[in-house]
Amino acid sequence: MERRKFDVAIIGAGGAGMRAALQLSSGGYNVAVLSKVFPTRSHTVAAQGGITAALGNVTEDNWLWHMYDTVKGSDYLGDQDAIEYLCRMGPQAVYEMEHFGLPFSRLENGKIYQRPFGGQSRNFGGEQATRTCAAADRTGHAMLHTLYQRNIQAKTHFFVEYMAIDLVRDGEGRVLGVVAFDMEKGEPLLIEARATLLATGGAGRIFQASTNAFINTGDGLGMASRSGIPLEDMEFWQFHPTGVQGAGVLISEGVRGEGGYLVNGNGERFMERYAPHAKDLAGRDVVARAIALEIHEGRGCGEARDHVLLKLDHIGREKIMARLPGIREISINFAHVDPLEAPIPVVPTVHYMMGGIPAHYRGQVVVPARTGPEEAVQGLYAIGECACVSVHGANRLGGNSLLDLLVFGRAAADHIVEFLKENPASPPIPADGTDLARSRLARWERRQGSERVADIYRDMQRIMQAHCGVFRKAEVLEQGLVKLEEVRRRLDDAAISDHSKVYNTARIEALELENLMEVAFATIRSALARRESRGAHARDDYPERNDKSWLKHTLVHRDGTIDYKPVRLKPLTVPSFPPKTRSY
Amino acid sequence: MSMIRWRSRRGMLELDILLSRFLETRWESLNEVEKNAYLGLLEYPDAELWDIISGRGAVHGAEKRVVELIRTD
Repeated sequence: MERRKFDVAIIGAGGAGMRAALQLSSGGYNVAVLSKVFPTRSHTVAAQGGITAALGNVTEDNWLWHMYDTVKGSDYLGDQDAIEYLCRMGPQAVYEMEHFGLPFSRLENGKIYQRPFGGQSRNFGGEQATRTCAAADRTGHAMLHTLYQRNIQAKTHFFVEYMAIDLVRDGEGRVLGVVAFDMEKGEPLLIEARATLLATGGAGRIFQASTNAFINTGDGLGMASRSGIPLEDMEFWQFHPTGVQGAGVLISEGVRGEGGYLVNGNGERFMERYAPHAKDLAGRDVVARAIALEIHEGRGCGEARDHVLLKLDHIGREKIMARLPGIREISINFAHVDPLEAPIPVVPTVHYMMGGIPAHYRGQVVVPARTGPEEAVQGLYAIGECACVSVHGANRLGGNSLLDLLVFGRAAADHIVEFLKENPASPPIPADGTDLARSRLARWERRQGSERVADIYRDMQRIMQAHCGVFRKAEVLEQGLVKLEEVRRRLDDAAISDHSKVYNTARIEALELENLMEVAFATIRSALARRESRGAHARDDYPERNDKSWLKHTLVHRDGTIDYKPVRLKPLTVPSFPPKTRSY
Repeated sequence: MSMIRWRSRRGMLELDILLSRFLETRWESLNEVEKNAYLGLLEYPDAELWDIISGRGAVHGAEKRVVELIRTD
């Protein structure tokens, strides 16, 4: 197998991976970034809304208020040390991007434009705050392009159209690099690295109705899981309240920030009932569940009463054209509705994975060991959506994910620098170090098999949608788990018919499906085990939050066993925000 | 063709949906000039390609014809 050697291997070229890469390359380190697609086509490009940080450009603000909102938004499952770090570093992270050249929209006084988003308050739960920094409705796109250009200047080495297959670990558990697959040549490549950073994004494709792009197949989670690392809080998936019905395409919360609101089949502005204060700008889980309830109780819109309507025509042509042009395009193309004239049909749609690879707030992956619940895996880091730090807890606030990418992208890079100084030599790759990756690749060379990858993929998505969606209960989840086991057995009997080398997309999709399957099992097992409702995890049979028994993080292992670890309620420097009832 | 299918995987679900549908239903019927025009379109960044498909970006000739086909699928 061909080998290359770098100081750091970064898997994934979205906002998190590229922010970390920039920090390391600028510091003189030799950095490899692997990406399945051209870096600026990573899914970060789809983030429309913006970056939340307490700049106070529109209304008075304070990072502690942002911290309070994030802790509350997480339904108290977020780790408060990490949340303090996120919010305290927020303004700096935004100013760094401004300095790198991110073309933010501007207020009349020239300062960075900020818009209000759901779950944002002033003074610990008071009036609506205006905290999300935006570059029109293309903040993610602007961020990716800015970071990519800067990385080119800093001489980051990009491996484009390479899929990471598996981590390389030695007998002591140290991570020594990664085996990747060159799609163009159809050959494996061993990247030796003193530190490996997973930044592979989400895995929303496990669900049938998803806002995620096709590339979001949880590759980092699959790799972590296969190498013996448990996954944290996988029961928590955010359903975005407003996906275009039938297509999954997202209508950003920015629409409601600019004055849009939801109505049911009776023409009622129903969010006034569920969240009298915040109304349509309540947390995403609150709004998603409200919509699901309206539909469930027969107050949906349309002949099938299977959606609600997002109304924005009243906010005026000029404002829509200036502030929400992208939203209008999406609506016309996928809902066949011009929002200047008519409301958009929407349903709750899977959008974001709060769980992921367990990591602390400086990016190191941590796992339970004899010494305690959080022992660092030497040489392995995880950031962005694939990681569970956990700043989003049971529910993420809009605008906090782009901030997460920037803050922890940089924090992980800074920790890696310390780690590299302490570990100047690369340990040797053991003889069997690449066996896991080799056997995965060899498996899809097999020509015998009666099952098709595409059929299994579709069935997995249907099962997850039907059995692990917005509303969950034991019986339905148990049935889902049994069905998922059947589907996995079929995967063992699957083969691909194309065995060509160059851009063999059939092989890539089979490898992606294996990763998704790891994520689907982790999700449904964690959801079944958590007998309470918290944030995005709503159990019909356990409708209340239960802090006495369940104020803890789930850690699910590949063999199905589950551990738990405490939530870090103690921030770094400020007093803790103790759990209380979450209402908006 | 495999490479074209892979490069039609984008960062935005919107483009994934429109482009995969286009490849499935229209690709075979394109002439060489139009196929090359599609390859040219794939070189645009996602947001720009989205602008073009949404009718906000200017394209001409074969690219324009291909965009019309992507839009009307």
